[in-house]
Amino acid sequence: MRTTVISESSNGALHPVTAQLVGAASSLGGPITVICPGGVGSSDVSHISGVTKVISVEGACFETYDCLAWSTSLSPLVEGDLILSSSSAIGRELISSIAAAKGIPVVQDVISLKDGFSVTRTIYSGKAIEEVVISSPCAISLRANSFESAEEGGNAETTTIDVNQEVSVAVKQALARASERLDVSEAEIIISGGRGMGSPANFSHLYEVADVLGAAVGASRAAVDTWDEIPHSMQVGQTGKTVTPNLYIAVGISGAIQHLAGMRSSKFILAINKDPEAPIFGVADYGIVSTWEDALPVLKDHLAELLSN
Amino acid sequence: MGIAVLLKQVPDTTAKIGISGGRVDESSITKWSISPYDEYALENAIKLKESGYGDVVAITCGPARAAKCLTEAAAVGADRLIHILTESSLDSIQVQSLLSAAVKEAECDVVMCGKQAADTNSGSTGPGLASSLGFSCVGGVTGVSMDGGVASATRLGLSGLEEVEVGVPCVFTFDKGDSELRRPNVRGIMMAKKKPIDALTPEDLGVDESNSRVSITSHSSPPEKQPGQKFVGSESVPEVVNKLREEANVI
Ligand SMILES: Cc1cc2nc3c(=O)[nH]c(=O)nc-3n(C[C@H](O)[C@H](O)[C@H](O)COP(=O)(O)OP(=O)(O)OC[C@H]3O[C@@H](n4cnc5c(N)ncnc54)[C@H](O)[C@@H]3O)c2cc1C
Ligand SMILES: Nc1ncnc2c1ncn2[C@@H]1O[C@H](COP(=O)(O)O)[C@@H](O)[C@H]1O
Repeated sequence: MRTTVISESSNGALHPVTAQLVGAASSLGGPITVICPGGVGSSDVSHISGVTKVISVEGACFETYDCLAWSTSLSPLVEGDLILSSSSAIGRELISSIAAAKGIPVVQDVISLKDGFSVTRTIYSGKAIEEVVISSPCAISLRANSFESAEEGGNAETTTIDVNQEVSVAVKQALARASERLDVSEAEIIISGGRGMGSPANFSHLYEVADVLGAAVGASRAAVDTWDEIPHSMQVGQTGKTVTPNLYIAVGISGAIQHLAGMRSSKFILAINKDPEAPIFGVADYGIVSTWEDALPVLKDHLAELLSN
Repeated sequence: MGIAVLLKQVPDTTAKIGISGGRVDESSITKWSISPYDEYALENAIKLKESGYGDVVAITCGPARAAKCLTEAAAVGADRLIHILTESSLDSIQVQSLLSAAVKEAECDVVMCGKQAADTNSGSTGPGLASSLGFSCVGGVTGVSMDGGVASATRLGLSGLEEVEVGVPCVFTFDKGDSELRRPNVRGIMMAKKKPIDALTPEDLGVDESNSRVSITSHSSPPEKQPGQKFVGSESVPEVVNKLREEANVI
């Protein structure tokens, strides 16, 4: 049993899901090689316990994202019975492209992984759970926050490989900068607003709570579709992002099936809605029947007080 | 050259999913639709055709019921319809081999598909297909236009929303964008009913559908959630905040 992990980065630094990928690989045993595209976070990776070898792959092609150029650079370095990546947008693309190049099957967004590659994933937007057995060798992407992180304390040898891969996708212009704020797909706590927020300006109340908690702010599709100020990148749900934070706070969101599809597997759900019959209360661990106008200021103050001591 | 658009038929997002005998009971699914992101791929393929690029070839791989996707695509402007008929549950390699054979047969150098299908939510097909065809790949795009042999696409990149240029041949996987999806008119619907569908089998395309390397062992319903605790009025907020720490351990 030999595993190659493709490390995950965000904003030029190692993403914590990488330690979860190593944790999952360790549970199966055998040597673990971690490949760092663009070299991002390679020294942090070498300190993750359980890592046998780090390959830092560097080259100009990693300055922008070109799926084919990246996967062509990485594929020759990938070996073993199992390839793991995160199920982020780039993680999924890269692992699919590498798997296709190697002629091996890929299964995405797995939430549990056992020997013999018996894996679990959700299908039909969380309406059913599927268990499959995949023959070896294969490629699997893992959902964030579903596996225990490997601890710190490793000291793996790092090899640097320079690649000179031609890029075919050229970035012509930046249309809008990525928000400085945490993205919903990376956050451990998310507070999302829906049409019930009344106006995009009122999202400032969500940002205030988010700042206290170190949370990301998300939105329902109704909010994204109604207000230009709320970008699609914030949308949670069937046609937005699937998120699995430790805490998901839904404010002024009715809880349509397509919204639930993106957030129902959050570990803990708090809903604030003025309508006691809102379907969101059906999946919420704690539900507060109140307007956000009344609830959010108290929420912010009490969280700030609790977290300051 | 043509524009291939890949359409997967999935249970409508509002459909209830029944399970019996450890398997999803497909007969309980009352409504099947084109996977939502694929509709954006279709819309953009038709826009590209209208700008003079080439014909739109709609391709689906699935059982007999999936032909409906193709007729719906024809009603809004798809020129050629290809149905790869299979009842088998296929792995990613098999799906990609079938689709790439069809893309080659249809002589398309632009492929448009969804970024993920709404049933398995995988997102494997576009980038996998590109890799096996040797096409470039731009994922999660919201629009594509063509000038000469060069395409411009809008996507969410490493540092935000960006415009990229890429030469053909290329695969584009679509995210939901601002494009308004067109609805068919009566004439379109009438014409589509008469449009022939080229039916192909995996055998015709040289793919063995029997040796999937992914086998389903079971389907089950997600665990029922314990009914939550409900509180009324903002005066309950302090208690809930305490519970988030003491009981739920999440802050
Ligand atoms: C194919 C398809 C894909 C879709 N994909 C998604 C998706 O990815 N994500 C998504 O979210 N939706 C998606 N939808 C849309 C979904 O069906 C709903 O329309 C949407 O989620 C509703 O958003 P909402 O809850 O914000 O708005 P509404 O349903 O209008 O709910 C607003 C809620 O706010 C409450 N409210 C009003 N005022 C206040 C107040 N002052 N204080 C507190 N509460 C208040 C109301 O009681 C109500 O429950 C999709 C739909 C389709 C057909
Ligand atoms: N069986 C299929 N028939 C036609 N298109 C498909 C099929 N499977 C996947 N696709 C296309 O590939 C996209 C991504 O699918 P997936 O990799 O299954 O998430 C879909 O949105 C479709 O555009």
